Amino acid sequence: MSEESKKKIMFTVRKPPHGTIYVYEGLEVKLIMAAYDADISVVFIDDGVYALKAGQDTRELGIKGFEATYGVLVDYEIQKVYVDRQSMEERGLTEDDLLVIGEDEDTEEPIRPKMVDSSEIAAMMAEQHNILSF
Amino acid sequence: MKLAVCIYEGPYNHEASDSAYNFIKAAVAKGHEIRGIFFYHDGVYNVTKLMDPPQDDRHIANRWSELGATGIDIVVCIAAAKRRGIVDEVLVPNVRISGLGQLTMMAIEADRMVIFGD
Repeated sequence: MSEESKKKIMFTVRKPPHGTIYVYEGLEVKLIMAAYDADISVVFIDDGVYALKAGQDTRELGIKGFEATYGVLVDYEIQKVYVDRQSMEERGLTEDDLLVIGEDEDTEEPIRPKMVDSSEIAAMMAEQHNILSF
Repeated sequence: MKLAVCIYEGPYNHEASDSAYNFIKAAVAKGHEIRGIFFYHDGVYNVTKLMDPPQDDRHIANRWSELGATGIDIVVCIAAAKRRGIVDEVLVPNVRISGLGQLTMMAIEADRMVIFGD
């Protein structure tokens, strides 16, 4: 199927990564859906941006944590990963706080989520076939 | 319009299941097609026959089962179900356990996916 005819499906992550299971089980959906013929993108907004913070240690929570899985999103063919600039700024986070989601095949440069403005997110949302929120 | 519905919350504790049910009834009455219903997160608890609410309350699982009897595909996520002890033996009739691939096909094939939950 050509890129053009693939259905565009966006995930929004708006909840904090820990405290509830939404973000973790939401990640499981992304990994499965990426194996199908769809044009997947993920946008982190509001407290969802904390899910992308590097250096999370969940050992004392007694849960496995999923930072390692986020670290290989690109290997799962999930390359369109965006983070809302305003949500980052409101929480005192900068681009340097973001974890690496994979590396460029050619240059081996680390790939991080791309910071975008709300207007860019709105434009992307308008192009989607469906949006799933977690 | 072809609709898919995803429910994230458990029964009684949260309004999501009731809202989704009312939404689907209204959509069907208006002539829309329901491509499928998918239970995820604690939503998997909505279709266990082990629930036994007071007589004067709605029976949420039976209500979903009746909707399934009309031919609507109702799917419980196996990964979410396994975590929570929901297996085939405890399901009400007209509901099936399957994988996230089913949710994927709903998201691809439905004109709109409507999500109920926090």
